[in-house]
Amino acid sequence: MMLPEWLDIGPVDQLPALGARTLPVRGGREIAIFHTAKGEVYALANQCPHKAGPLSQGIVHDTTVTCPLHNWRISLVTGEALGEDKGCVPVIPVKIDGGRILIGRAAALAGVAA
Amino acid sequence: MTKPHLIVIGNGMAGCRAVEEILARDPARYRITIFGAEPHVNYNRIMLSPLLAGEKAFDDIVINDLAWYADNAIDLVTSDPVVAIDRDIQTVTARSGRVERYDTLILATGSDPFILPVPGHDLEGVVSFRDMDDVGAMLRAAHAGGDAVVIGGGLLGLEAAHGLSLRGMKVTVLHIMPTLMERQLDEAAGWLLKAALEARGQTILTGAETAEIYGQGKVEGVRLKDGREIRAALVVMAVGIRPNVRLARAAGLAVGRGVHVDDHLVTSDANILAVGECVEHDGLVYGLVAPLWEMCRSLADALVGTPSGYRGSVTSTKLKVSGIDVFSAGDFSGGAGCEDIVLRDASRGVYKRVVVKDDRVVGAVLYGDTQDGAWYFDLLRREADVAEIRDALIFGQAFANGGAASANPNAAVAALADDVEICGCNGVSKGKVIAAIAGGAVTLDAVRSCTKASASCGSCTGLVEGLLAVTLGDAFDGERTAPTVCKCTSFTHEDVRRLIVEKRLKAIPQVMQELHWSTPDGCSSCRPALNYYLLCAWPGEFVDDNQSRFVNERLHANIQKDGTYSVVPRMWGGVTTPAELRAIADVAEKYAARMVKVTGGQRLDIFGIRKEDLPAVWADLGAAGMVSGHAYAKALRTVKTCVGSEWCRFGTQDSTGLGIRIEQMTWGSFMPHKFKIAVSGCPRNCAEATIKDFGVICVESGYELSIGGNGGIKLRGTDFLCKVATEREALDYCAAFIQLYREEARYLDRTAPWVERVGLDYIKRRIVEDAQGRAALTARFHQSQAFLQDDPWARRAAGEDHKLHQHLAEIRPAPRTLEMA
Ligand code: SRM
Ligand SMILES: Cc1cc2nc3c(=O)[nH]c(=O)nc-3n(C[C@H](O)[C@H](O)[C@H](O)COP(=O)(O)OP(=O)(O)OC[C@H]3O[C@@H](n4cnc5c(N)ncnc54)[C@H](O)[C@@H]3O)c2cc1C
Ligand code: SF4
Ligand code: FES
Repeated sequence: MMLPEWLDIGPVDQLPALGARTLPVRGGREIAIFHTAKGEVYALANQCPHKAGPLSQGIVHDTTVTCPLHNWRISLVTGEALGEDKGCVPVIPVKIDGGRILIGRAAALAGVAA
Repeated sequence: MTKPHLIVIGNGMAGCRAVEEILARDPARYRITIFGAEPHVNYNRIMLSPLLAGEKAFDDIVINDLAWYADNAIDLVTSDPVVAIDRDIQTVTARSGRVERYDTLILATGSDPFILPVPGHDLEGVVSFRDMDDVGAMLRAAHAGGDAVVIGGGLLGLEAAHGLSLRGMKVTVLHIMPTLMERQLDEAAGWLLKAALEARGQTILTGAETAEIYGQGKVEGVRLKDGREIRAALVVMAVGIRPNVRLARAAGLAVGRGVHVDDHLVTSDANILAVGECVEHDGLVYGLVAPLWEMCRSLADALVGTPSGYRGSVTSTKLKVSGIDVFSAGDFSGGAGCEDIVLRDASRGVYKRVVVKDDRVVGAVLYGDTQDGAWYFDLLRREADVAEIRDALIFGQAFANGGAASANPNAAVAALADDVEICGCNGVSKGKVIAAIAGGAVTLDAVRSCTKASASCGSCTGLVEGLLAVTLGDAFDGERTAPTVCKCTSFTHEDVRRLIVEKRLKAIPQVMQELHWSTPDGCSSCRPALNYYLLCAWPGEFVDDNQSRFVNERLHANIQKDGTYSVVPRMWGGVTTPAELRAIADVAEKYAARMVKVTGGQRLDIFGIRKEDLPAVWADLGAAGMVSGHAYAKALRTVKTCVGSEWCRFGTQDSTGLGIRIEQMTWGSFMPHKFKIAVSGCPRNCAEATIKDFGVICVESGYELSIGGNGGIKLRGTDFLCKVATEREALDYCAAFIQLYREEARYLDRTAPWVERVGLDYIKRRIVEDAQGRAALTARFHQSQAFLQDDPWARRAAGEDHKLHQHLAEIRPAPRTLEMA
């Protein structure tokens, strides 16, 4: 059986403007879906590379989220820590089609036992 | 010999342009038939906006008149859409039953407007904005009078709204996103646009989600998800377009979002080409005309010339609303390696932002002055190296090419003529500033006081500092005494606070525009600060911007290292009851809290609550009469008390009761930082009142008040303020002191550093010596409390912002993959 490459996770208007929501993955790691001021959508593993802070709860500005625990700044585009800090969090590919959010299945399910 | 038959489906902008391009290369190659669903000749669709606005008539917007079709022997079939394509026998069938055989077929079916599937979307009076029929329906509605609602604050929606209001309708625009035209504009430009449209009488509701269109048989109004209702006789849906791929899909052509085409605009069938908005090329679909001109050239090159190959288009947008200049091009979402150059000129209402990456312009947004739009767009498309002109880029083509750019930013200032005006507010020329500096004014403050330059709005501060540096050289130390709010601005906290009040600034983007912020939407330092300053300046008027708050303040709980939250209900003056304790115990068990701890602030902290459970926890605590303890907020935290005269053998006054009354007066008040109070019943001071922001020590003859204590990182005992005789006075002085702190301290200043900076004498003058001033401060505090004493937990428990607490969905790998939340 061929599994679809993209997972539809719901309409874009379910995201708060300039904020994030979470998407737990059974047996895998939770995903944070971000919405920027410009209306773009990004997805990262919901875990700061520093001490696993929930990035979904940070302040989103531009294409960056500031981690709520110790203020590391993480790029929503590359998942890299910005500035002096070093570290990287997995990025899950996102595309929007007809107002719906699609995320890359393989990346979303990374780490889930098959 | 018969010529091959070329059939075009779609008598619109792309279809006809493709034919023109083919004819220009070889007028004799094909016999041509064009099928159009509309009853008209080919007209310029983008001019429907000025047509609606009454600035143009239909004849003005016709591109190809009947004579053109006749002169080129084109068979035009109008009002007869093609309904089927048979690729095996190469025929098309029209609705009338007419069948034509083709040798080459071009699909140019454009897009369909997207209609939100809300209840009532099919009522009479709901229209889209795509063709002449739609404009006709809008003009009839405008003629009949009444109000209009436009759903969608993008380019089309705003042009429709503009046209309808010029036609006399009262128009409300509903836009789901927080800023208008968010695809083309950033927050700053979107805000300016909104302000300009509102000034013209339109009502613009952002963040407005349509729930339903209601009416008996025909439209009577629109209801929003939040319950608001807007009456309207006409509803225009302009929420987006979808490529029209019906025919192509039914004919079995490869279709994604649009009809798939290669670089020569050929579909998956070699005899069928497609062009315009209906196609998807290299993963992209377009909704503007510039790309279709380019596509049509490549299509004609491939059919009758030397194949050139279409490589995709870069697009730019202009809004066609007369008197409002907006331009946008490329990508300005920022991101790694991108650098923003921002210029704001509040007096001219100008905002310009150019995004540069690796010395190339990648995006531009212009508001108010779009003169250089074409130039930026050209730099962008050519991917020109702008390293040389980087410093002057934002000032536009004339300036940048005039050689004014230089590695030294001060050189530009040095190059200015002596009579150039430096300070617009006070009309001070460069010559005057230089003379003042030469005359001994060697600091910014000195220049300000002797010339008034940069003493008003402050936007020329950078220029004045530049002149100081140029004139004094190394002798100018460049140090400013007060720090700026953050790197986004050259204004100090004090300047910003003063100007918010003076200029009556009432929104974050407005402050950023008027005060020349150098970034498009601020940063995580200035956004919370501005949010607070506005909240303090305009009680009851300013709507708190939740997204400018730190997670704890957004979720009304304290985030913990494992991502769970702690919950601290208020415990007035540190006093509790068996019923409250029972409710706390129940909550702790019901939601599996991992710890309940007595805090250093005399209350109980419930640890390990999941964000999904917070509203339910608050509902349970609320049912037992408890409210938020604001343990997470830059606000009043606790009022610590001791048992006082009610119980203690040394107690002189009712310290517990006073503490409770103070807490009831002050809870909910937002401040520059957290604020702690304590009331001790005698000088033994068991409540540690001398390390609080405001402390009361009761004595036989009254109440000793002290301020500015801090028990945190840097221990500081309070300063004695004064002694008062009555409880009433103690309460009033407390309110006055808090209000002074709220109005004058810098965001994130605790009272201790603030008192040290302004001096105890200053506080005494304002609170103790000036009775009238004190009363005014107290009154302002109570006025603001009237709006702020509103338990956020109760609102959340009732469903406000419920999305913040819920997962979007959950992925459950195999066998089913997704469970909607
Ligand atoms: C829970 C508590 C410790 C306890 O178990 O007793 C506590 C816990 C935290 N304190 Fe505290 N402080 C607590 C009483 C205090 C006290 C004692 C007091 O209020 O009498 C102090 C010293 C007094 C003072 O503030 O002057 C105190 C000085 C601080 C400071 C340093 C402030 C300073 O100006 O130097 C911080 C850091 C900050 O606010 O930036 C801090 C910050 C924190 C934070 C919010 C750290 C954080 O950002 O996550 C902790 C939150 C834990 C949570 O989830 O609830 N906490 N903290 C106390 C809650 C009191 C309450 O009922 O609301
Ligand atoms: C009000 C308005 C303002 C605009 N402003 C701008 C602007 O400022 N700048 C800009 O760049 N762009 C603007 N646009 C977009 C621009 O008009 C389109 O990009 C352009 O018209 C697309 O051309 P097209 O030929 O692909 O589609 P269309 O021009 O829509 O032509 C498609 C034609 O095919 C017909 N058709 C569909 N199916 C069939 C069928 N089965 N049989 C026969 N005929 C069929 C349709 O009736 C239509 O006439 C605006 C659009 C609108 C509506
Ligand atoms: S003292 Fe430090 S560790 Fe303890 S609660 Fe306060 S901030 Fe946290
Ligand atoms: S866990 Fe994110 S900054 Fe420390």
